[in-house]
Amino acid sequence: MEHNVLLDEKAIERSITRITHEILEKNQGSHDLCLIGIRTRGVFLAKRIQDKIREIEKKDLPLGILDITMYRDDVFKLKTPEVKKTDIAFNVNNAIIVLVDDVMYTGRTTRAAIDAIMDLGRPRKIQLAVLVDRGSRELPMHPDYTGILYPSGSEVEVFVKLREVDGTDEVLLAAAS
Amino acid sequence: MKWDHKDLLTIRDLSREEIILLLDTAESFKEVSRREIKKVPTLRGKTIITLFYEPSTRTRVSFEIAAKRLSADTINISVSTSSAVKGETLKDTGRNLESMRPDVIIIRHSVPGAPQMLSGVVRAAVVNAGDGAHEHPTQALLDLFTMRQKKQAIDGLKVAIVGDIAHSRVARSNIFALSKFDTEITCCGPPTMLPPYLEELGVKVEYHLEEAVRDKDVIMMLRIQKERGGISYIPSTKEYSSMYSLKEAHLKEARKDVIIMHPGPINRGVEISDEVADGPYSVILDQVENGVAVRMAVLFSLLGGES
Repeated sequence: MEHNVLLDEKAIERSITRITHEILEKNQGSHDLCLIGIRTRGVFLAKRIQDKIREIEKKDLPLGILDITMYRDDVFKLKTPEVKKTDIAFNVNNAIIVLVDDVMYTGRTTRAAIDAIMDLGRPRKIQLAVLVDRGSRELPMHPDYTGILYPSGSEVEVFVKLREVDGTDEVLLAAAS
Repeated sequence: MKWDHKDLLTIRDLSREEIILLLDTAESFKEVSRREIKKVPTLRGKTIITLFYEPSTRTRVSFEIAAKRLSADTINISVSTSSAVKGETLKDTGRNLESMRPDVIIIRHSVPGAPQMLSGVVRAAVVNAGDGAHEHPTQALLDLFTMRQKKQAIDGLKVAIVGDIAHSRVARSNIFALSKFDTEITCCGPPTMLPPYLEELGVKVEYHLEEAVRDKDVIMMLRIQKERGGISYIPSTKEYSSMYSLKEAHLKEARKDVIIMHPGPINRGVEISDEVADGPYSVILDQVENGVAVRMAVLFSLLGGES
């Protein structure tokens, strides 16, 4: 299969650095900020943002892991019904939560994630950071922080690879099979 | 891995990998029960019927809580309030319930194979919550879950199952489940309560409790199945308890970190002493807690996914 590189290692690094600064700028620092990564790759992106904030602000933000399977609207169509662990150890009440995902597309994952967080409490704000925004929304959702905007429909597949799970940092494009 | 079971009738139907998938899924569902709001929308709009022809406290409540925490609607039918007392057959009951379009029917019945037969007449997923002395698959799953939780791994465990093995569906399901892992199983009880096929299943047989518990990681105590005639296989309960009641002194022979399991209901002083049932090695109440998570995983796996 033919792959085109949308973001290479350097570009991903720069995107995460910029997103981190935007998060701190928009929230005027890191007070009450909490990060929640959506499984699988959103978790590693959230960890990288956490690392950068530690460098800049000398502060460790709470980091949660969210599996949205229990909240999916297509749960009855899954090939393998598998639920992975959700681990959010901090109190979400009154927190400013930055939700982190690798790719935003239809908006359905975001909807599920927001519902999942709302079941845990009442955060003051939920913001969304994504590495790639593909557009083609099916729900009225919009990210607050975007690595790259790449409007594309179902004819294209976007693969985010991160060194923590895939051994390499890159975002690839391929024609949908 | 693809999951393509319509029903959960026996633990024998499941592969080792499928059992691990269910246990991993249960691990994820455990968190829901610890929340302030103990509910997720996963099975919204699904209807689950529990159809119990035998008494039950734990299993029925556990299934109902599991279903409710997944937002399914539950209806409970117990035999004393059902048309079965008016002479309706199980098949007819099944067909009538099917007409009301349930998604899952959880059945407990004294006749082995009853869930299998029900499965043949309904489109709904059927879960066996115990059929006679045959199987009790969700009990075996929650027992394996508890063993894995306490011992980190199932492979390598030495397990003693003590009591009325011949009439126990819990023993059978556990033997079938543990045999899919690298475990050593020893069954212990009076000879009249040990079925002849145990050795064929690769299970060791031991008549003395002191010997059976030696070096074991897990000791699973079972009650005498009075409703299946268990009592007629022994001279007296008193004699039975003098030989097969687990007491603190026995535990010295077992591994230092042994866990004591019991599917309940326990008969204090008969198969287990108070000091063991309530002691530091007992995981009996952990089993009950884990039962909810395991049953959530079972319901989710049967309903979630392509049918």
